[in-house]
Amino acid sequence: MHKPLVLPWAGLMIAAASAILIALSGIPVPYALAIWLVWSLTLLISQPHEPIVESDPRPEGLSRESLIGMIENAHSPLLLVDRKRVLIANASARALLGEHVVGQDVRVAIRHPRAIALMDSDTHGEAIVTGLVRRKDVYRVSRYAIDDHTAVIELISKTAESDVSRAHTDFVANASHELRTPLSSIIGYVETLSEHPEDIDEATARKFLDTIHREAQRLQNLVSDLMSLSRVEAEKHDRPDAPVDLNHLVERAAREGAGANRSERVTFEAEGQFEVLGDTQQLEQLVRNLVDNALKYGRPDSPVVLRLTESALGEAKLEVVDQGEGIEPEHLPHLTRRFYRTDPGRSRMSGGTGLGLAIVKHIVERHHGRLDIESEVGQGTTVTVRIPQYHAPGATEDTQAAEETSSDRVTQVPQSGEAPPAT
Amino acid sequence: MISEHTVKAFDEDITRLRGLITEMGGLAETALEGALDALIRGDEVLAERIVADDRKLDTLEIEVDRLAVKIIALRAPMADDLREVIAALKIAGVVERIGDYAKNIAKRVGQIEGRTRFEPLTLLPAMADLAAEMVHDVLTAYAARDPALAREVIASDKKVDAFYNSIFRNLVSHMVENPATISSAAQLLFVARNIERIGDHATNVAEMVYFAATGSYPLDDDS
Repeated sequence: MHKPLVLPWAGLMIAAASAILIALSGIPVPYALAIWLVWSLTLLISQPHEPIVESDPRPEGLSRESLIGMIENAHSPLLLVDRKRVLIANASARALLGEHVVGQDVRVAIRHPRAIALMDSDTHGEAIVTGLVRRKDVYRVSRYAIDDHTAVIELISKTAESDVSRAHTDFVANASHELRTPLSSIIGYVETLSEHPEDIDEATARKFLDTIHREAQRLQNLVSDLMSLSRVEAEKHDRPDAPVDLNHLVERAAREGAGANRSERVTFEAEGQFEVLGDTQQLEQLVRNLVDNALKYGRPDSPVVLRLTESALGEAKLEVVDQGEGIEPEHLPHLTRRFYRTDPGRSRMSGGTGLGLAIVKHIVERHHGRLDIESEVGQGTTVTVRIPQYHAPGATEDTQAAEETSSDRVTQVPQSGEAPPAT
Repeated sequence: MISEHTVKAFDEDITRLRGLITEMGGLAETALEGALDALIRGDEVLAERIVADDRKLDTLEIEVDRLAVKIIALRAPMADDLREVIAALKIAGVVERIGDYAKNIAKRVGQIEGRTRFEPLTLLPAMADLAAEMVHDVLTAYAARDPALAREVIASDKKVDAFYNSIFRNLVSHMVENPATISSAAQLLFVARNIERIGDHATNVAEMVYFAATGSYPLDDDS
């Protein structure tokens, strides 16, 4: 209310001068004084008021409601905190932390000591916090100070990334476990054989030796799988640049993968000729692994069909279809994980290393392709690999490329061999 | 929205009290996770830090005590407000105990010899996971005032007890077979005991959470 009183000095002087003049011109002094007084007072009264700053009916700044509206649908969980109290929590924050956090102390929402230390500071900052909602999750908590007592807290999930690094440690642990199991049984049998040779008859010794042989073979498979996995992984980011005749390659690799005694179960069909940019060895391994899986997990003597067609997107599409028990849907997302087994005992019995599909996945990724696994329990499983086609600039290069890849065989008949086309 | 009191300062006090409790909970939780981590990896530096950090928990407990007494003295809370304050007072004590057990586990880290080849060590993580899960859940239940989750925590204490019994038997037979490792195995026995106690304390907190939220105690059907 107290404004500094600014006197209109100029006006008051004029009034005073006029009053003196009036007095001098013979009018009685009291009149002159009265005139001066009235004049001065009117000057003071009619002094222009300071323009009143009216509160704007439509404020320029954001109201609380518009602020809520602004962050409400943001994808990442956001909290607006005023003096450690949660003022606003947007929809995804409420979904993450629970409806109760609004109005509560921010420590109720985020109780990790590192986050609390962050809240106590009054600057920008961030902290990595574990166990925000579930025990093992990882979040990055960022605090953006608005002024000295309000701040925006942003929560970003880092669980997936930490999963990756955990998966890496798991891998080492799993790999050593997988290597140890055959080793310990080899050592056990060898010890028995060498320590008590007199107690063991011929037949038992043979059985032991067979087991040792089988386990050693498994170990060998495992080591070679591990090596190819690490090789594929190392090259994961450089795409192969040699054109490969897929028809020829698939047919040959399927035959190799099946082996002599299972090859009559495998059928290969192709609709058209396909060429992709690829690494011959790796693509062969891909086909071998898929065929081996299909034969192993298909019902005994059931056929396995390999079908090479063009996908809707113009890619070369290879389907490997078996007729087996199929895979439960909950296992499907994990199938390409290393050492993941839906039925550990059975997989080991059939000599599986648990790495086959992991290798396939990496090979497909390196070829910029896509891998899909569909399965119906009781019906069978279809594995689909799609790889972008390579179209040679000139038609002549076609044969050239084919020759390049078919190093040992010149029989260019795509549907030859033991597998007649079943149409 | 939460119901507000006419006296705004009272609201602020209660909010602060709950904030302090969860802050304590966060500290205890991290201490427990850290202690187990230190134990499994044999990280004595981490173990020392956990022992040192326990002091913060003690300070916070005193702060909670003061604030709770102040609220009772100045505001004379009634009904659910009174329950809230009483529960906070009790929970603070129990959470502080959980921190103490974590500290105790951390203290034993240096006293287990031949860690990498010490087999019984592999028994503990699963049990510890279970107890840590309980502590985590009970704090979440407190934050959300969720009696259902509190009940769940109470129910899972049985699993921790079963774990403890099996680990106990295992360690005892290990000691019989390998007398040389008795001192290490005995340390682990205490660690297992501590974890079991942490489970019990998580149950206590769960009972208080249930009490604060509903006004009655969950039926004590075990013990």
